[in-house]
Amino acid sequence: MEPTEHPPSDGTVTVRSLTKHFGTVRAVHDLSLDVLPGRVTGFLGPNGSGKTTTLRMILGLTTPTSGTATIGGVPYATLRQPLRTVGAALEATSFHPGRTGLDHLRTYAPLAGATDQRCRDLGDLVGLSAAGNRRVGGYSLGMRQRLALATTLLGDPRVLLLDEPANGLDPEGIRWLRGFLRHLASEGRTVLVSSHMLSEIQQSVDDVVIIARGQLVHASPMAGLDALSAPRIHLTSPDTDALAALVKLQGWDVETTDDGRTVVVRGTTTSQVGSAAHAAGLEVHGLTDRSENLEDLFLRMIAPPGDPVLDHREPGSTPTGVDA
Amino acid sequence: MRTSFVSEYRKIVTTRTWWVLLVCMALYMAFLGAGVAWSVAAAPGAEDSGLAGGPAAVAASVYGVAAAFGYVFPVIVGALSVTTEYRHRTIAPTFLADPDRFRVLVAKLLAMVPVGVLFGVVGTAATAAAGAGVLAAAGSPTLLDDSATWLLLGRSVLALTVWALLGVALGAALTHQVVAIVVVLVYTQFLEPVLRLGLGAAGGVGESIAKLLPGAAGEAITGGSIFSSAGLSGLLPWWGGLLVLATYVVVLGTVGAVTALRRDVP
Repeated sequence: MEPTEHPPSDGTVTVRSLTKHFGTVRAVHDLSLDVLPGRVTGFLGPNGSGKTTTLRMILGLTTPTSGTATIGGVPYATLRQPLRTVGAALEATSFHPGRTGLDHLRTYAPLAGATDQRCRDLGDLVGLSAAGNRRVGGYSLGMRQRLALATTLLGDPRVLLLDEPANGLDPEGIRWLRGFLRHLASEGRTVLVSSHMLSEIQQSVDDVVIIARGQLVHASPMAGLDALSAPRIHLTSPDTDALAALVKLQGWDVETTDDGRTVVVRGTTTSQVGSAAHAAGLEVHGLTDRSENLEDLFLRMIAPPGDPVLDHREPGSTPTGVDA
Repeated sequence: MRTSFVSEYRKIVTTRTWWVLLVCMALYMAFLGAGVAWSVAAAPGAEDSGLAGGPAAVAASVYGVAAAFGYVFPVIVGALSVTTEYRHRTIAPTFLADPDRFRVLVAKLLAMVPVGVLFGVVGTAATAAAGAGVLAAAGSPTLLDDSATWLLLGRSVLALTVWALLGVALGAALTHQVVAIVVVLVYTQFLEPVLRLGLGAAGGVGESIAKLLPGAAGEAITGGSIFSSAGLSGLLPWWGGLLVLATYVVVLGTVGAVTALRRDVP
């Protein structure tokens, strides 16, 4: 890759009170967020939550009903050579099926200041070297994702906005993508990756932004999300009376199951529950940490308000079949 | 602007559409050129037939075939240069690469110029080669030693080039590929001929309007065709036709720039 001098502007993506209504549908409502350079930011939300609409507004493809979105302080449309500042991949279907992968890169290369050699290099970089001279119509979804990624890199941009880039990649490809995005962020670039699955990106992002129904639900570093997962300790004892007495003594917030032989204690840790049981001389048959995992937390966050199913889900169970 | 032009030009030449349509046009024009030449040469008392007017009318009939019947090819190539971007959703990366949508349209128009010239040259050459071949075989004068014939052929290339640009402008106004192609085919193959005959027959104002129809304007650029030679409709002078056809490009392009291209990208 040829080194390209970055413009002095910093690569922060700033969204303020962004709103888009399609008729009566509120696709995005009063959304504000910052995406910082040098970090991989996960942009999470269920299908139809407004992720793509938000990205399109940031990129000037969709006009907001109100609010602003800027990149390094300026709207996308006023960037002088946008491909040298921002690389964006909106969907893996934006290709002419009759054009070869390499020719696809070559059609956008002039506007990114990229040479034919750079197009070939990028094809190699994303693992498409052998397929570069084949028509895109014959590409698998994973190959299209790789080509889309190569396209975003044409202008060596300092901001990357990728909509569901892992979609269609095989596990090996997803692992490669993770490492690659980490590498790009480590070079000081701003990397925003949208996804509808937390598990897909939780290992690779520094920051997480969660939206649902077009509104911001949560934004923090990844560690901040961990802290939010509700702790739930299961304590099992055959002596139901002593167990109930201990709960009463400790003032724990519990729910009781299994005919009173198991209590689920919220808001504490196994060591605290274990110590208390030991101090009370309680016969303990089970002490387990069944705290909410991140996927459950995510589903709880994006669930419509008052959704009873998700509020009382048993921790640790799989989210399969829950259409959030 | 230069980079936008190169990008748009590469978009056209990196798919197969252009040469498939070019080959179709060459074959069709050769067929029509030969057919018209044969009918002219074989007609009993050709000089005195409905194509009266002597060599000039014969030349216009035979060598004007490309501009009179073949313009649908450059129009479609031009229109596709915009509509395929919407069909395959490459318009999003296109507007990401250059957010100035008006400049994208201008770049598409400029990139279509060399393609339009190619279609003009190939379509006209196919017509002329087949037409002259048949005329020569039939023992008729080919008129290729007449500079007026060559001027006509040159203007045929010019007309077809402008038609390609008109296609781009039309595609900008009607970005839906199927709609654009249906409109092109219905208009060029049905509406325009009917309108010209009807308005021409009405005479007076009707005939003046008929001259301003795009097909008539395109023929006027070449200086005539089998339609006008047969007295079916009058034509503007060649520069008038050029002006009218160019006006269509500007009007349709402007309509596209302020409507379709301004909309949120699908």
